[in-house]
Amino acid sequence: MKKTTLEITVGAFLLAGFISFSWLAVKMGDINPFASETYPVTARFTSISGLKEGTTIELAGVVVGKVGQIELDAEEYEAVVHLNIDKTVELTDDSIASIRTSGIIGDKFIKLTQGGSEIFLEAGDEIDETESSISMEELVSKYIFDSE
Amino acid sequence: MLKLVARLGENFLYLLETTGRMGLFFGASFASIFRPPYSIYAIVRQIYFFGARSVTVILIVGLFTGMVLGLQGYHNLKQFGSEELLGSAVALSLIQELGPVLTALMVIGRAGSAICAEIGIMRHSEQIDALECMAIDPLKFLVAPKFVAALISLPVLAFMFNIVGIFGGYLAGVVLLGVSEGSYFQGMYNSVEWADIRLCLIKSLIFGVLIVWITTFKGYYLHLSRTGVFGAEGVSRVTTDAVVFASVTILVWDYLIGSLILS
Repeated sequence: MKKTTLEITVGAFLLAGFISFSWLAVKMGDINPFASETYPVTARFTSISGLKEGTTIELAGVVVGKVGQIELDAEEYEAVVHLNIDKTVELTDDSIASIRTSGIIGDKFIKLTQGGSEIFLEAGDEIDETESSISMEELVSKYIFDSE
Repeated sequence: MLKLVARLGENFLYLLETTGRMGLFFGASFASIFRPPYSIYAIVRQIYFFGARSVTVILIVGLFTGMVLGLQGYHNLKQFGSEELLGSAVALSLIQELGPVLTALMVIGRAGSAICAEIGIMRHSEQIDALECMAIDPLKFLVAPKFVAALISLPVLAFMFNIVGIFGGYLAGVVLLGVSEGSYFQGMYNSVEWADIRLCLIKSLIFGVLIVWITTFKGYYLHLSRTGVFGAEGVSRVTTDAVVFASVTILVWDYLIGSLILS
């Protein structure tokens, strides 16, 4: 085999590997250098049971961001969720953030509902109106024990 | 009775000796990678042999593995009415487990056996002694480029395997069995995390080192192997040994890495 053919083959091989790796990393690993920029807002919930970091945030059913860090406020015993919202989406300061489940056994996600105010949230602001996650078990047990 | 005890002791000593020799062999050959002169061209040739020539077999195996996953996954998930999970099931099992492991097994079969036999024959025909006489470090000259080549080739092959496997799952699940294309890919994008891709990368790097380590070691110390036969038969036995030992080690390490990193 001639030296150049060998080098071309190896080069093509490495290139193919690099392309496969970056496709996987960008598409699935959420490592995206070209991602649209986001701004952070926070929201407090009494319970976020089942919500994970990295889950989607939807506004009118369209994905507009991802859940960042989740912390516990040790004084108020509330969950503080950092939301990363796309820069293109402006939220009013009376928006409502609620935790919903897709389907009956599906994953939890955050649903945003736009308010009517004329003041918009800026980076670092907090969404005041929140609805915590609804636990199927609690609902079922409430129904069972209340009906006695 | 005394003979039996002696036999046990002999076996244990041999095991200890081999383990130590393997460790020293690994240390010496890995350290020689970083010692000049660096021969880039030797590495390129090894990548060609290890990686580029394995592409065809990896593509075929990957495609059919993905198709089987798509087919089996579809029939199992259908019982729960959750066919939309097919994409994530196929992608996760490929990226976390099957991609790196099957790639490693194919590379052992294709390249591992070849390098073991090659080095074994060099040992048998005293070419390694000749290298030493010319003050060329045989570890640096023969083994080090193979380590580098495996470290580069294995991840590349594993990622190709993943991509082709995902495409195979798409063929079987979406084209043939009628799962919706959107839910196949979207489920995949949502469930696969960077951690899974990193796991695949770590696994294939470790497997690359293990493959070269075991197969070159077995060939290099052909004359010390306890089968007692030298020459053509010795090489064939040592090669068989190396392939079996390397395959088993890969599967054991797959579990170990998985349990260490996932926990």
